[in-house]
Amino acid sequence: MAKQIVVISGKGGTGKTVLTASFAALAKNKIMVDCDVDAADLHLLLSPVVKTRHEFRSGRTAVIDMKKCQKCGTCLPICRFEAVRPDFRIEHFSCEGCGLCFHICPHGAIHMDENVAGEWFVSDTKFGSFVHAKLGVAEENSGKLVAKIRQIAKELAEKQALDYVIIDGPPGIGCPVIASLSGVDCALIVTEPTLSGLHDAGRVFEVAKHFNIPVKFVVNKYDLNPAMTERIEEFCRTQGVPVIGKIAFDTTVVQAVVEGKSIVEYAKCPTENEVRKIWERINRGL
Amino acid sequence: MIISVASGKGGTGKTTVAVNLALSLNNVRFLDCDVEEPNAHIFLKPRMNGKKSATIPVPEVDEAKCTYCGKCREVCAYHAIAVLPESDSAKGNVLIFQHLCHGCGACRLLCPQGAIKEVNRAIGVIEIGDKDAIQFIHGRLNVGEAMSPPLIRQVKAYTNNTKTVIIDAPPGTSCPVITAVKGSDFCVLVTEPTPFGLNDLVSAIDVLKRLEIPFGVVINRSDLGDGNVDQFCQDNNIPVLLRIPFDKEIALLYSCGIPLVQKKTEYKEAFRMLFEEIKSNIVR
Ligand code: SF4
Ligand code: SF4
Ligand code: SF4
Ligand code: SF4
Repeated sequence: MAKQIVVISGKGGTGKTVLTASFAALAKNKIMVDCDVDAADLHLLLSPVVKTRHEFRSGRTAVIDMKKCQKCGTCLPICRFEAVRPDFRIEHFSCEGCGLCFHICPHGAIHMDENVAGEWFVSDTKFGSFVHAKLGVAEENSGKLVAKIRQIAKELAEKQALDYVIIDGPPGIGCPVIASLSGVDCALIVTEPTLSGLHDAGRVFEVAKHFNIPVKFVVNKYDLNPAMTERIEEFCRTQGVPVIGKIAFDTTVVQAVVEGKSIVEYAKCPTENEVRKIWERINRGL
Repeated sequence: MIISVASGKGGTGKTTVAVNLALSLNNVRFLDCDVEEPNAHIFLKPRMNGKKSATIPVPEVDEAKCTYCGKCREVCAYHAIAVLPESDSAKGNVLIFQHLCHGCGACRLLCPQGAIKEVNRAIGVIEIGDKDAIQFIHGRLNVGEAMSPPLIRQVKAYTNNTKTVIIDAPPGTSCPVITAVKGSDFCVLVTEPTPFGLNDLVSAIDVLKRLEIPFGVVINRSDLGDGNVDQFCQDNNIPVLLRIPFDKEIALLYSCGIPLVQKKTEYKEAFRMLFEEIKSNIVR
């Protein structure tokens, strides 16, 4: 069975996607998944060619038929999601599709429409297959979309007898993060030596622990505040999780991103060297 | 006036902008709505003086009244209820899967027997404090909890119209962000001049356009990357309100949780100007 590795961070912008793309370049026999469906960026480094695209249907949205609506006002106060506007139109973004207004409207003026919440794709890239998605703007249920594309990737991995599923995870600790973590073989938490980085990594670590996921840490831009890096390492020691790499601040990384490349393809440099070592250490742990 | 600070991509400096803006103005109420990863308190270091549990209502069934008719299961759009009917050998049962429940209230209102009441389930906490003249409120989602919008709504209930309300929104473009920025008079979008920054900025703008909220852009680490964000803003008539260049000293201050304006006071003026820019953009 393919090993599933997810890269997460709690806090955004710590270098998650850059690392994921590098693992994509380094691993053999793999498939990539971008589970940050809300702000997907991995495709910018993988130059995918979309092979198949699929609608992601999820949930329903209430619609009021203005011809039937008597403006009786029943629906307005009962909606707990502030989705019924005073002019008796439903605010699409706010409607959670619970259907209460539909059930309760005395004039049968409301119906529930199925919602197209996004799209997902299977693509070819320079490094192999890639499953990614675009959540429609202002949509919910990103957790379900994440679960969907992970399942697709897992099926493809089985069919093609691949060794790795490499997952770029979303920021935060909510629904999509939980969906990204479930059942993985390793969660790599990428953090930075800042108080907020430590705070957020600590929270996402709690989530991973909650679901019994094996965790490893990487500190990115560790030299921007060596004392804080020390604190993160101390935190990891007390928690019994390994820090398997420390990457120095390096503007080459930004240049590589601007060129649309992973750092391992872009240049021979200390960062590239450290990233290789991190990948080896992940493998040793599997 | 309500100003929200958002960003399609995390880690661009959203909290930095929100916090330093708050510290540069008078009469501010600060709402940290990034309830999955609330960070503003790290910089503002407010003295907390109030705390309350944030809850959502979930149903509880009174077995004495329930006839196991199955209506509640039928109306629940989230499959949070299962009803096992009564039989000769066994009594019926209504199972509630609390983590799936959105607290919509449909089952309670529609139960023909009036057998359902609602009880509160904790999903996080709201903490209230102050830092000098800034009133501070943030929400903290419980670890393992999937639903942040109800907590965000409860933090937003502290909006006060007589003050400048600054909302630190969660990153992204989905439900939690919408919940946080909805109703703002203006939204500041923080980005960085990289392909990632641009890609996520474009999505964030899409959200704000649909919500009809006026917005402008702050470019952080403005000298690391390329010129495409600038070009994009120029081409689309989007005001660039402020640029903050990369500076190791700024990065160090940030890492220690020290607000920029406290050590580099020249930025206080820059953030006041940002506020003036915001005001003039609202009028327009
Ligand atoms: S309950 Fe039905 S009829 Fe009454 S205002 Fe709402 S949509 Fe219109
Ligand atoms: S379906 Fe539910 S959330 Fe949507 S408008 Fe009706 S009551 Fe509100
Ligand atoms: S709708 Fe009311 S009476 Fe019917 S099964 Fe549910 S709780 Fe029981
Ligand atoms: S409150 Fe709404 S979501 Fe919760 S169980 Fe009842 S119908 Fe389902």
